[in-house]
Amino acid sequence: MKITTRWLEEFTPLGASPAELGARLTVAGLEVESIAPAAPPFSGVVVGEVLGCGRHPDAERLAVCQVTTDGADRLQIICGAPNVRAGLKVAVAKIGARLPGDLTIKRAQLRGLESQGMLCSARELGLGEEHDGILELPEEFAVGRDVREALDLEDTIIEVNATPNRGDCMSVFGIARDYTAAQQRRYLCYETAAVAPRHDGTVPVVLAVSGPCPVFAGRLIRGIRAGAGTPLWLRERLRRIGVNSISPVVDVTNYVMAELGQPLHAYDRARLSGSITVRWAAAGEHVTLLDDKEYALEADCLVIADDAGAVGLAGIMGGRHTAICDQTTDVFLEAAHFTPDAGAGRARRMGLFTDAEQRFERGVDSSLPARAIERATALLLEIVGGEPGPVDVQRAGEPASPRRVRLRRERLARVLGAEIPDTEAREWLGAISRCVDDTPSGWQVEAPSHRFDISIEVDLIEEIARLRGFDRIAERHAITPQVAGCAGESRISNERLLTALIDRGYREAITYSFVDPVVQRTLFPQTPSLALANPISAELSEMRVSLWPGLLQACRENRRRQQSRVRLFELGRKFCVGEAGLEEVDSLAGIVCGSTWPEQWGSRAQAIDFFDVKADLAGLFALTGNETLIRFEAADMFCLRPGRSARLMLEDRALGWLGELHPRLAKQFDISPAPLLFEIEVELSFASKRLLFNKISKFPSVRRDLAVVIDEHVTLAQLRENVSVSAANVLSELIVFDVYRGPGIDSGRKSIALGLILQDSSRTLTDVDADAVMTSVVARLRDDLSATIRD
Amino acid sequence: MAVEQSLSALVERALAESAASADLAALDEVRVRLLGKKGLLTEQLKSLGKLPPAERPAAGQRINDAKAAIHEAIEQRRSALDQAALDKALAAGSLDVTLPGRGQAQGGMHPVTRTRLRIERIFTQAGFQIATGPEVEDDFHNFEALNIPKNHPARAMHDTFYFPDGRLLRTHTSPVQIRAMRTQKPPLSVIAPGRVYRCDSDMTHTPMFHQVEGFVVGENVSFANLKAMLHTFVERFFETSLGMRLRPSYFPFTEPSAEVDIECVFCRGGGCRVCKQSGWLEILGCGMIHPNVLDAAGIDSEQWQGYAFGMGIERLTMLRYGVDDLRLFFENDLQFLKQFP
Repeated sequence: MKITTRWLEEFTPLGASPAELGARLTVAGLEVESIAPAAPPFSGVVVGEVLGCGRHPDAERLAVCQVTTDGADRLQIICGAPNVRAGLKVAVAKIGARLPGDLTIKRAQLRGLESQGMLCSARELGLGEEHDGILELPEEFAVGRDVREALDLEDTIIEVNATPNRGDCMSVFGIARDYTAAQQRRYLCYETAAVAPRHDGTVPVVLAVSGPCPVFAGRLIRGIRAGAGTPLWLRERLRRIGVNSISPVVDVTNYVMAELGQPLHAYDRARLSGSITVRWAAAGEHVTLLDDKEYALEADCLVIADDAGAVGLAGIMGGRHTAICDQTTDVFLEAAHFTPDAGAGRARRMGLFTDAEQRFERGVDSSLPARAIERATALLLEIVGGEPGPVDVQRAGEPASPRRVRLRRERLARVLGAEIPDTEAREWLGAISRCVDDTPSGWQVEAPSHRFDISIEVDLIEEIARLRGFDRIAERHAITPQVAGCAGESRISNERLLTALIDRGYREAITYSFVDPVVQRTLFPQTPSLALANPISAELSEMRVSLWPGLLQACRENRRRQQSRVRLFELGRKFCVGEAGLEEVDSLAGIVCGSTWPEQWGSRAQAIDFFDVKADLAGLFALTGNETLIRFEAADMFCLRPGRSARLMLEDRALGWLGELHPRLAKQFDISPAPLLFEIEVELSFASKRLLFNKISKFPSVRRDLAVVIDEHVTLAQLRENVSVSAANVLSELIVFDVYRGPGIDSGRKSIALGLILQDSSRTLTDVDADAVMTSVVARLRDDLSATIRD
Repeated sequence: MAVEQSLSALVERALAESAASADLAALDEVRVRLLGKKGLLTEQLKSLGKLPPAERPAAGQRINDAKAAIHEAIEQRRSALDQAALDKALAAGSLDVTLPGRGQAQGGMHPVTRTRLRIERIFTQAGFQIATGPEVEDDFHNFEALNIPKNHPARAMHDTFYFPDGRLLRTHTSPVQIRAMRTQKPPLSVIAPGRVYRCDSDMTHTPMFHQVEGFVVGENVSFANLKAMLHTFVERFFETSLGMRLRPSYFPFTEPSAEVDIECVFCRGGGCRVCKQSGWLEILGCGMIHPNVLDAAGIDSEQWQGYAFGMGIERLTMLRYGVDDLRLFFENDLQFLKQFP
């Protein structure tokens, strides 16, 4: 909301430069968004009068004007404006004047005639966009007066951001009142003189609902001068606060709203049929508002209706049909009080964000309607004349009794952590309310009708702290009980997991929790998911059931940006919809493509494969001490390449997946070669084993190597299990040091070279012992796995 | 006389020959020729018997001296040749130490995580516990319990993502405050970091971002304590002493409420592009927990009071590392990520 310093000064002395004023408003809770001069700098422009005006002999559109700027001089000024005429008061930029945009006025020749200055339009003076003609100054402006002074341009526009709880600061006066309280510890009252009625005509008003509209003030003004213009000073004020001038009556209602915060509406009496009723909308009712749009009304919409139907949305926007027009002679002014919940929600639903609705939603002073009508009447009579009737105030129900709020001095000190002397606290309270009583424990304060944000004790504490200044509360460290922290080791911390992957060359990504449903369906056609009702875009409309959609996208984008090697991971939540409802699961996922190692000398580039990534995962599991319990089972998944994917298992629980993206999908996503993907559930996977020390064997170990030829389908897991059983107790480690297929091995078979490290905890193994173990291992492999031993 | 002459000539020759030996083999040849079983000196010793007994000791002594001198000369030469051979081998095996090392490259942490962990560390060291909560929330925890009833204008400040069943994506981490207060007894010091969502996307907004909520509840936890805690936090976070100011503001769940500004970390208050010439940077919102919020969480607001604050992790990250475009955080461009080890 914008205000100007000159306007503010009509209510309270500022005692500060605009910048200082801005700072003071900000620290008192009214955030100042911007401070700007009412007009850009210019000089040498004075009020002049056009004495005579004739056509330029050589240019049809130019006028040759005789202008005086001090009563004695006669300047010849050539002007192309259509509205220039004799008798007009104009803004004259004299020779040497400096205008906005670094323009200096010089003596000029226009089609052979000399021009001794320029008659200015509003735009040329930086006073808005108006450029259809020159600025027409009021007749009463004295010739020779500096235009900056005459138009009160040494004014500053301040844009203030009032928080939603401060409806009382949605006006020039409201801000003046708060400023006065903060600067002078004084309660500022608004005084307006009543305009005596000159007839008893009214428009009957019926309040058919009581809650949302407790007060409705109206006044009929007859016989206004149709076609009168809005005076320049008023238009200028409105321009400075960003409001367009429309017509004198509408301009006055906007002016009073800006000044007092009370929205007003003016009806053309001749277009209202019968009486006015405030009621809920009827089923199927429609209304066309001032924005020329037709709205279908729902039953929770409060409307202003005449005998023919709805003529406006209460507190939001008036209707087109009953609006003021050039022919209007009798005006009915409305200043009603609508409670914050009367229109809240509805306006947003209908996409109507009006100044009136903004104010009512935040809370408008219920004591304002009649005073606002008086202020508007006074202005209207001055501008368009007319005969006012009486101010008719209708009330529904008993006026709510003012809230009385207590404040205990002990509580004030305890909440703020600062001691504020009683006399000072009392002064601040007196600055926000006229009714403050002393009580044994503190004070009792009556919340004024313009304060919707004062209802409990802390609200008063806030007022005192705010007006006095938060900076005056000294920082003080709390004395809190010392509670030991928890450094449990039953689960590997997320930070440790991140660090481990980072040290293995992965970079952490953060992708959106909502993904493109098309991508998600492509990867997980069977998995149910949760869709947003109001997504920001179709591509971000479904909660992810896996981190893969986001990572695939990130991988693809990086490949497009010429990154040949991508190693990304993410630790975040996925949103799984199961029979028990939604489950948010912490998940660790990664995507890898490119070479195993960064390009380097001394080793050949090798494309990353399943086992490189498996080693990374094994590295993570090794942190738990449980790595031997984790199994990689061959299993197929829709989006992974068959035969190259594994499900990770811990006992009978599935932890996640590792595999190569299905070539069909890799082609579809345009990532080549297909990346490796993994995803594991964090909570299940990284519970840590309680570590227990094992005695170190004092006896040496023996290594025996064995090359086993087995069928292609026999897995290492089977091999390992058989070896473990037959070498039980003495097998301390089993190493796979080669896998070979090719010449010398039958097709359909493979050779696996194993290194067995044998060690006993109680004695030294002899060659004879080791041979015996190897004989039993070989026998078992031969019998159970049809293995042959390679020499 | 002849013996002596021939001995000293022998020694002289031996010294010259060993010094002239180009390699170990040549040197060994010298040794064998002089000191070997059939060497010239050995022969001389054998011939001692032919001398009269009275001359034998003196002659023997002379021969042995000659032998020792030759031996030493040969050994000296041998060690010199050894050293030269070693020097040569070492020189042949030297490396270009400026060639890069081999192996996996180091990865990196996302800057938002880096900041989150730093914030967590600062607060946990001050005794705060870390709590988490669901990201798909209900209206009660995200709004009602935080003193934001339906139709409250503050709801307009939260552009909320909804699901068809009325649930929503949390718009802030404050619901965790409610959940923690409903399950734990005061006194409490908790921070709750996490993802939050708002239906807004432009130059300065992303539909998802990260916040850290923090709150402390105790019998005498005051606004003065809040100021002290936050000031300590910003100075630890930015690792420098910084001016801080609290501006009165409005949040439905705190009263009094404040926005916290710090002295601009780029211009140190002088005014620059980042702080829009104001010298101040807005970094977080805070206040004293509203009694309605305590009551909704089952904590007696007559006995207990507390403060709460919430800060945007991306905002702090941008200020800390000079990142000037919020959207970069979620594009996962390696050229961006690689700047954060």
